[in-house]
Amino acid sequence: MGSRRLAFVTLIVAVLVGAAALAGAPRVAAADVVVSMIATTLAVATPLTLGALSGVMCERAGVVNLGIEGMMLSSAFFGWAGALYASAAWGLPPGASLAFGVAMAIVSGGLLGLAHAALSVTFRVDQIIGGTVINLLAVGLTGFLNRQLFFERTGPFGGVVPRSPGVLPRLHLPGLADLPVVGRIFEQQPITLTAILLVVVAHLALFRTRWGLRVRAVGEHPRAAATVGIDVRRLRYESVILGGCLAGLGGAYFTLESVPSFEPLMTNGRGFIALAAMIFGNWTPTGAFAAALVFGAAQALQINLQLFRDQIPPSWSFLQHSSIVGLLPYLLTMLILTGVIGKTTPPAADGKPYDG
Amino acid sequence: MQGALRSGKFPDGHASVSETSARVRRLVEPLTVPVLSVLTALLVGAGVIAAAGGDPLAAYAGLLEGAFGSARALSETAVWTTPYLLAGLGVACAFQGGLFNIGAEGQLALGAVAAAWAGYGLPALLGGTLPAALHVPLTLLCGATAGAAWAAIPGWLKTRTGAHEVINTIMLNYVALNAVSYLLNGPLKDPTPGNVIARTPLIAESARIPVFVDTLRVHWGFPLALALAALVGWGLERTTLGFAIRTVGASPDAARAAGMNVQRTVVLTMAMSGALVGLGGAIEVTALNHRHELGFSQGYGFDAIAVALLGRNHPGGVVLSALLFGAMRNGATRMQYLTQIPADVISVIQALILLFVAADGLVRRLYRLRGGAAPLTLTRGWGG
Repeated sequence: MGSRRLAFVTLIVAVLVGAAALAGAPRVAAADVVVSMIATTLAVATPLTLGALSGVMCERAGVVNLGIEGMMLSSAFFGWAGALYASAAWGLPPGASLAFGVAMAIVSGGLLGLAHAALSVTFRVDQIIGGTVINLLAVGLTGFLNRQLFFERTGPFGGVVPRSPGVLPRLHLPGLADLPVVGRIFEQQPITLTAILLVVVAHLALFRTRWGLRVRAVGEHPRAAATVGIDVRRLRYESVILGGCLAGLGGAYFTLESVPSFEPLMTNGRGFIALAAMIFGNWTPTGAFAAALVFGAAQALQINLQLFRDQIPPSWSFLQHSSIVGLLPYLLTMLILTGVIGKTTPPAADGKPYDG
Repeated sequence: MQGALRSGKFPDGHASVSETSARVRRLVEPLTVPVLSVLTALLVGAGVIAAAGGDPLAAYAGLLEGAFGSARALSETAVWTTPYLLAGLGVACAFQGGLFNIGAEGQLALGAVAAAWAGYGLPALLGGTLPAALHVPLTLLCGATAGAAWAAIPGWLKTRTGAHEVINTIMLNYVALNAVSYLLNGPLKDPTPGNVIARTPLIAESARIPVFVDTLRVHWGFPLALALAALVGWGLERTTLGFAIRTVGASPDAARAAGMNVQRTVVLTMAMSGALVGLGGAIEVTALNHRHELGFSQGYGFDAIAVALLGRNHPGGVVLSALLFGAMRNGATRMQYLTQIPADVISVIQALILLFVAADGLVRRLYRLRGGAAPLTLTRGWGG
């Protein structure tokens, strides 16, 4: 990530955190607001980080993945449904149920990844249309199954949503979480912590291993890669399925870590914002993570302003409408895409079907 | 020599057997994959219904009855078809110009809100009342303009900065939905005492599109949409602008080399696309609901992508696929009533239709069809 864009990220996050501190100032100590903003930012950036990592994995191999939104939505549903079945139908304890839910989410994401790979690699469908198919399929399937399984009298639970096993517990990182004031930043839930770890893992895998070098070669110049004996299709399948699994873990965040329930369309465009984060991060895991933090901060500000809404001065009263502050991440995405903060370059063969 | 022999065998005025079959093939060929896609999607849908514990035959019988079983069913099918047709036409227009407009959802909502405002606010603004002959077109124009302006933004951003319209149209969906929610809860909220619903006031009588028969909801917006489909088809085939749009869609470089203004065409294409979609929203308000209420659009904008692709981005094809989607949505209510199968299953079937249409190689392999059109290419990576 270039120094100009790093400066932009730092500036925006600082401004957003400062705005929250300002809004909360009369009631809460500034240090507490800042710490809580950073902690919230890390948490709400999780699906964006994982979605952007999914995008990086797929596009480094030359496959545009517009289906991240749909992959996250269906994983959110299947993760939630899996956890409910495990606890209500099979009587597993909450911890095991949630773990089973996370596994279901990852598997369902991976399966949609497989579907996307089949569409774009084997059937050479236009990749943006392939992604749109996955998004529409996810909306239809989750809406239908949600109604059929949990809200119909003929369903397995007689139309009553069973008691959910709750959300994944906060982990207490020994040492870090005991620090005064800032300790709260490190008290996060497992998927959030895993996402940060995965940024490092993805970076090492892409830039420090043979496999990563091959993936990047396939995304830059598949024909050249093929002439030195690399199996282009196989590598593209692997990357896209892996990308699906990453998006699946991101989907699990919504129903197993954020709130213990499923709502139709609950991913609310996060998969698309993740794509913008990937572009802004110049198709690197670390850059994508930094960009995800920008969006996370915008969303954290929205959450914090809701908390302090009665303290907003009357002349700024339009900020009390959650829909106005809710615009921030989307407008920020558009601003970033205009390239005012510097152009980025996609992998050379991104989006092009390989017909060798 | 051979040619002479052949022409001797088949005197002038008589088409040879092979010529006739070629003509039939040319007529049938573009329909083959869409029709097979729909059938396959219905088959898989039957599997989904059966797996969920329902009776697929009863479900589809209910679907048919609900869509075509009575005068009222037919009228409702036409009502459902109208927004699909206009939104689908808009998306197809953009596709013809090589642009992917995923922003129909937002353009539809803004078109509806603008039309609602024009419907109740415009007479007061102009001092007094407006005759219907003036008020209805003005209201529709407001809706179309709002949609056009909203869609032109990503077009302009694409030509100016190279930002991909796919992400920008999606982002503008969320911006539009948030903005509409703000408007309906704030400045444009129905001021009737005791109203807690986020909705506009009712539009004036003079802004309403009339129905044909008092007992049925089918309205003049339906033939209007059909006429627009014909107009768009004619415009794309026979006008300079239509030619420019298709050329830019096929190859921006070739268009530039031929001296066409690619940037202007891109912005115009998006504006036209948005105008058609916005008009769809405006007609829902002026002909059906007579106000705009939060959350009226149930994914028309996203289904419009499937409608356009199923219709092969051809206005005639879009009319057929919009009818199919309208009939399915309408019939689904009856199906749910008769068989307790959630109407949402229709969304699954529609997504499957799009899947099979898009993956036309899959359908061809499944049914052992030979040949096939060149694969649809819309995107050339993020670089545009």
